[in-house]
Amino acid sequence: MRLKRKRAKIRAWRKHFSLRSVSDRTNKIKPGDILVFSTFRDEYVRLPYFMEYYRNLGVSHFLMVDNDSQDGGREYLADQPDVSLWTTKASYKNARFGVDWLNWLQAKYGDGHWILVVDPDEFFVYPFCDTRPIRALTDWLDVSHLRSFGAMLLDMYPKGRMDAVRYLPGQNPIEIASWFDPGNYVIQKNGAFGNLWIQGGPRARVFFADKPKKAPALNKVPLVKWDRRYAFVSSTHMLLPRGLNQTYDTLGGEKASGVLLHAKFLDTFAHKAEEELDRKQHYAASVEYQSYYDNLHDNPDLWCKWSEKYINWRQLEILGLMSKGNWA
Amino acid sequence: MPDVRYSKRHRCEWGTWGLVAATQGAAELMLQEFPDVRHVYLASGSCLPLRPVQELKDYLADRPNTDFIESATTADVPWTIGGLDHERFTLRFPFSWRKNRFLFDRYVALQRRMGYKRHIPNGIVPHMGSQWWCLTRQTLSAILSDPERDIYDRYFKRVWIPDESYFQTLARQYSRQIESRSLTLSKFDYQGKPHIFYDDHLQLLRRSDCFVARKIWPFANRLYDAFLTDSAGAMKRTEPNPGKIDRIFSKAVERRTLGRPGLYMQSRFPVEGRENGLTCAQYSVFEGFSDLFENFESWLARVTGTRVHGHLFAPEHAEFADGQTVVNGALSDSATLRDYNPRAFLTSLIWNTRGERQCFQVGPQDTIKNIEWDIAKDPNAQISVISGAWAVPLFKSNRNFSEIRQEAARLQQAESKHLGVLRSQWSKARIRIWTMADFIEAPMEPLQTIIDEIGQQNMRGIAEVPKMAELTGFGQFLQNLKNQGMHPYLMGDFPVAHDPHEQQNNKPKPYLVK
Repeated sequence: MRLKRKRAKIRAWRKHFSLRSVSDRTNKIKPGDILVFSTFRDEYVRLPYFMEYYRNLGVSHFLMVDNDSQDGGREYLADQPDVSLWTTKASYKNARFGVDWLNWLQAKYGDGHWILVVDPDEFFVYPFCDTRPIRALTDWLDVSHLRSFGAMLLDMYPKGRMDAVRYLPGQNPIEIASWFDPGNYVIQKNGAFGNLWIQGGPRARVFFADKPKKAPALNKVPLVKWDRRYAFVSSTHMLLPRGLNQTYDTLGGEKASGVLLHAKFLDTFAHKAEEELDRKQHYAASVEYQSYYDNLHDNPDLWCKWSEKYINWRQLEILGLMSKGNWA
Repeated sequence: MPDVRYSKRHRCEWGTWGLVAATQGAAELMLQEFPDVRHVYLASGSCLPLRPVQELKDYLADRPNTDFIESATTADVPWTIGGLDHERFTLRFPFSWRKNRFLFDRYVALQRRMGYKRHIPNGIVPHMGSQWWCLTRQTLSAILSDPERDIYDRYFKRVWIPDESYFQTLARQYSRQIESRSLTLSKFDYQGKPHIFYDDHLQLLRRSDCFVARKIWPFANRLYDAFLTDSAGAMKRTEPNPGKIDRIFSKAVERRTLGRPGLYMQSRFPVEGRENGLTCAQYSVFEGFSDLFENFESWLARVTGTRVHGHLFAPEHAEFADGQTVVNGALSDSATLRDYNPRAFLTSLIWNTRGERQCFQVGPQDTIKNIEWDIAKDPNAQISVISGAWAVPLFKSNRNFSEIRQEAARLQQAESKHLGVLRSQWSKARIRIWTMADFIEAPMEPLQTIIDEIGQQNMRGIAEVPKMAELTGFGQFLQNLKNQGMHPYLMGDFPVAHDPHEQQNNKPKPYLVK
């Protein structure tokens, strides 16, 4: 495991040569700031709301890697006062889906900070997020001697065809994709890394009903008190050292946890699936996207009678998708 | 500010003597410089007054000789950290518990083995309690000017967490009237760290009627604004009543330590044996009933008002009630998804339908290999079995006899294995097994027992009865199987020539069971 971690660090070092700085405002980062790390490609339409959402939670600085966007997203972010931006034309897949780039930046700028690693379509929800800023959570985690905080990916989808409503820049995507699957998740323990492997939700139900083992992983550890020796192994699904993956209790209790609302399924999705299929830059040679694409053509409605409409974090808590743990 | 003084600074770390030394210094300065002071209230930077200070003054003025200090003997307190209570006062603790846990533990273990015990000076009785107290001038000055103070100080310097025991113990020596509670509202979680108050606790804190609360999150601006600026609070003269806050925090601790039974989620994934309930609610499993009775499922749903599914683990797909393809929680009926993790399938179903009892059918033809143990070990399961009833559909079917014979052998083997699981010493479900022959002798009695146990309605006995399948010739059918070299035994003994019921009742079938 130590070797695996070292290898991840070396990969990060190798891949960082492909990063080119566009705007470096990292000198503005103050000790104790909460930082967001993210990679994106052609996500301009999503960026304004993404920035607004995390600024409102109290994130102080954004460190973003642009993977060769052509839609103006890079220029938009370069002008934001709280963003440090890098760009690269290198292969997303070869950088293990962006993990290598971010591992490098995290080691360099994230040491000693609470960092939040999210994609532009992921919105972090934690207990009391409507009344307490993210600093309240990280302060509490500090006092509790916890270094990492788990948040499961919750796929959100609209009612009706995905392309029925157009998503506009600055709009809250949850207004459109406001439905989710409340109770069809399956969990296994990953013995090697000590994390839980969670699958299920609408993607397993509709796209992977005949090959559930291949359904995408939903477990994530997006919030970590970073140390330069740490490394993400596979997206934010798991980390090394392994202790950081212990975001769950094994003796019957509940640890505090959150949810990442995943607003992937908007009108932009079909287009994206087609494009990703061409590029073959995603996990397992884009089988995921192949599967989506095949299904999307006959029936693009993920909604079913038992879908639940998103209200707030308390609803997710009651449904058992996240927990307050002992934070009250 | 004319009434602010600075006392000597001390290095203060959690649970160290510095905290006491600093308190002593400040208290001496206070008593010396302000001769009018009658009560001294110890507070910290993260404490927040919840009621106007005047109310606290009035409250204390009404009780001029009372010392408010939580103080209990070690035998009586449940909240000891690190499993040390009385030993706090009899061992030595040169290593930091926070920074050097390993040496701390080793050294404690060593002293225990050596039988080492410190001498407690002057026969004082150690007391512990919250370090936030409010003492009268009389008591406080008596503690500080005690001729033996050096001895006490020297002793308590080596006690573990002296800030929770120094004043608490010595106040017992001098106080005329001790009220053993703290005026500061302070709640601790299961690890012994204080709960923190945030903006959203505003209403809760208001209604608590406590004088001071801690800890307040430093950025909880709404709390500071609300409690530090408005002094509108009418003189309520009410006693502090932190009951509601107590409940919220004890619930949080319960959630952290016990969790919600039957829930498996990203931050609760218990190892075997620590589930605190494999599933979250009771449910019923019926084996063989829907084979023997023609309308069993609809009848059961009518009589009990529960949700009655078909064979949830059927090989083709999960047979949800009313032929639904997706049920509560967006749980799909796909057999592949179900068999990928049957335990998650079952626990999710029971969790998603909290408040509505679930019943389902199981038979030897179902895919239950990976779930039968879970059900058998689950105290929430009520399992009722009519063994051998799978032969009835075969008997009714219009298939070739050689096929039937093969199928019967396969099902009998599967059911016999399954019965082995149910009868094993590890099963914890409420299990009842009848052979088919026994069951049809007197079917209403067991049915009534099962229904009563489900116990939702209908306490007066069952008005309506399910319709049993036509069984004329079933004995001959079994004999034919025997003649083909198969040995059907799970259904019990059926006479070959005639059905016993027919003889007794002497009326044509099908009949209703009364």
